[in-house]
Amino acid sequence: MTPDPVGSASGSGDLGSGAGSASASGDPAAGASAAVAADAALVPARPPRPPLSGYALFAGLLAASILGAVSIAAVMLSATGSAPATVFRTMIEGSLGSRVALVATLNHMGPILAVALGAVIAVRSGLLNIGQEGQIAIGAMAAAAVGLAVDVPRPIALPLILAVAGAAGGLWAGVAAGLRFGRGVSEVISTLLLNFVAFQVVSFAVNRAWLLQETLPEGSVLSASPQSDPLPVAGRLPTLVSGVGFRLHSGILVALAAAVVVAFLLARTRWGFNLRMVGLNQRTAKRAGISPTAVGAGALAASGAFAGLAGGILLTGTAFRVNDGFSSNYGWEGLLVALIANSKAALAVPAAFLYGALRAGGGVLASTGVSPRIVGVVQALILLAVALPSLYMQHRRRRALAERTAVART
Amino acid sequence: MRGEVVPIADPAAAAANGIGMVHQHFSLIGPMPVWKNVTLGDRGRVDRDRSVAEVERISELYGLEVDPHARVADLTIGQRQRVEIVKCLRREPEVVILDEPTSVLTIAESKALFDILRELIQRTGRGVVLISHRLDEALEAADEITVLRDGRVVSTVEAAAATPNLLARQMLGREVSLAGRRAPPPAAGDPSGAELSGARPGGAGPGDSEPRRAGPSGGQLNGPPPALELRAVGYVAPGGHRLLDGLGLSVSAGEILGVAGVEGNGQAALVDMLSNLIRPDEGRVLVGGQAVEPGRGRSLLDAGVGVIPADRHDSGCVLEMTVAENLVLNRIGAVMRNGVIDRPLLHGVARQLVTEFGIATSSLSAPLASLSGGNQQRVVLAREVSSRPSVLVAAEPTHGLDVGAMEYLWGRLRAAAAEGAAVLLVSSDLDEILALADRIAVIYRGRIVGQMPGADVDLEYLGLLMGGRAT
Repeated sequence: MTPDPVGSASGSGDLGSGAGSASASGDPAAGASAAVAADAALVPARPPRPPLSGYALFAGLLAASILGAVSIAAVMLSATGSAPATVFRTMIEGSLGSRVALVATLNHMGPILAVALGAVIAVRSGLLNIGQEGQIAIGAMAAAAVGLAVDVPRPIALPLILAVAGAAGGLWAGVAAGLRFGRGVSEVISTLLLNFVAFQVVSFAVNRAWLLQETLPEGSVLSASPQSDPLPVAGRLPTLVSGVGFRLHSGILVALAAAVVVAFLLARTRWGFNLRMVGLNQRTAKRAGISPTAVGAGALAASGAFAGLAGGILLTGTAFRVNDGFSSNYGWEGLLVALIANSKAALAVPAAFLYGALRAGGGVLASTGVSPRIVGVVQALILLAVALPSLYMQHRRRRALAERTAVART
Repeated sequence: MRGEVVPIADPAAAAANGIGMVHQHFSLIGPMPVWKNVTLGDRGRVDRDRSVAEVERISELYGLEVDPHARVADLTIGQRQRVEIVKCLRREPEVVILDEPTSVLTIAESKALFDILRELIQRTGRGVVLISHRLDEALEAADEITVLRDGRVVSTVEAAAATPNLLARQMLGREVSLAGRRAPPPAAGDPSGAELSGARPGGAGPGDSEPRRAGPSGGQLNGPPPALELRAVGYVAPGGHRLLDGLGLSVSAGEILGVAGVEGNGQAALVDMLSNLIRPDEGRVLVGGQAVEPGRGRSLLDAGVGVIPADRHDSGCVLEMTVAENLVLNRIGAVMRNGVIDRPLLHGVARQLVTEFGIATSSLSAPLASLSGGNQQRVVLAREVSSRPSVLVAAEPTHGLDVGAMEYLWGRLRAAAAEGAAVLLVSSDLDEILALADRIAVIYRGRIVGQMPGADVDLEYLGLLMGGRAT
């Protein structure tokens, strides 16, 4: 460390510089040096360091990487016989260009954001939950089961359905938490593998007449992709805006409210404080009387609960029925949103909006006859263009921190 | 080497020059069999049969009794060390260096090791360098003994001519003028320090800092219980290595007990246990006469045990959290209102500590990592001291700090004791112990082997204790 004038001042003066002993010792110098320390304390001992993040650098990188991605996409589109300009215009118009497009974007954004919030919680506690796809499916399945079984008015039915969806997703992730903290199985592996189990469970349920299989009029043929009965109206998210060909449901409000709640919980409650401590330094947390096991298991379950809630939003907002392949990548996209947002609940909101827009734009693009594979490639390129600068900035911040730590250790 | 100056840039160059090293901490891969471990790092094709034969040959030659097919993870620590020795000898070194080879061995295993080393020297004429802090070992196993202190050679003597007392003196060395080193005692007048200041009125003359308790078993019959008492505490690390072995000590309120010893004799485990990080396997820990359970919840914290860890980055602070948050890490409840962290309250508490402890920071919301090492240490100190702990454990508190920061920390520790805390100072820096401690306990192989008053320290005796010679 560098020589520290404040330290020498109080150090060489009064050795018992606690206020009580200083006055009791009757040594005037002691009080004086304490006062010097008090005055000097808030003055930095060295010029403040430059801020860690360079917003200008980030903006430049972002512009450059988007330009790069668009160029690559343009080349690929030309090579496969599409007109790049048309494709890009279609994507932008299909996601932002009209009320219909914007509604589609926001409807996609809700569940993606909910998943991302859960992923944020897990990452902040030092764990990586990659089982959101399965947790969405399980959450939706449980929600459908409850929604189809109860016959109550919407103010009771809807909260109940969403709560059950969250609880089911949480329990599903709780299996991974039990394996992680009971038997030391990596949660990355177990959450991933539980996805496949979840898909099979849902598939089983929608293929059994005594479980969730669709009830059809006598004589009609079961559809090729099995599904459940649709939720009654009381179990559906209310409409915010609707018109010809679109319906904005209130899932986006649920997700935004959840974002506020998560940001508050992490920043301002004991639970969030402990969780952050466990995620950053387990030994210090343990020393402070916190059980990393309890905190970690809770975080993993909470993470699954948000994915389950996303499943509930999908079910009650747009799908109304649960079926095979219900999650359709919302889980993975939400996870990526959390990573791009540097595990910050507030940053997850714009990142989720971008993903929602890409989904909506891609959907419109696919309906114009462009090959779905090319649509996927264009979406992926744009995602990478946004993700890379943000990941680079995170890497840069970590490196700066590590360098400082190395300096501080000497 | 061989009369020539040989540049040695890295371990590979050392090995190429015929230096073989057996490290204190083994570099073996547990799930692999012995022969694979021995051949690790070789180039070219792995010849299983030849490697196995080689292991058998070397093992037989020196009576090492190593089974080449055994899985390393299944071996005892003594056997693993033999694997390391086989690994080293297979490369035909001219000089074999063993770093604290017996620190993990039982007495019987140590004896066996020395027999092997003798065999090695007599049969092959290799040179062996044995690095050890154990006096008996040096006297028994070596032909010639070189004493190192602070990175310098102090002396080289024939083992036959050396005595434990001579070595102990040379190890600790200097003529220490204790009266000069001891700082003035903490201010008199506060209630908890009354007993203390009565015992040491006004100055630090020799002999007037008699410990208030003679040791764990001594002490007053009717006095208050010691602030901290450890009774026969034992701890075996997950690898099977015994780190604490019937350790007993006690510290009274207002007293600074210095735990001296050569590094690696259980100090880290002792501090980890008092930091709530490990659970002892045996024995009892009492704070203020009440049993506490280290490693379980807030038991130690609630009993009022504060710790300044040896490596603050390991268990003392969270670098990515703010200065203010780091100042209240273990009592976040104190700055909560209606179940929510109250920012103004948090910053008020933090500002007061920053002022009182002279922490130089640009902002209370700056990440702790942006502070210098000395100021980070002050944050830890401020947090631990300001909660008025009944027991304050300080492990290597001034390691790596400059003189000004060191003096400041020493002053704070003395002040904490004056205000009634029982201070347990665990330090490998003997100067620090001599400067601060009212009483000194020596730790050796996970137990306290002797205690003495902090004044009039018989350095020779202290050195003998640290070298495991006297009991």
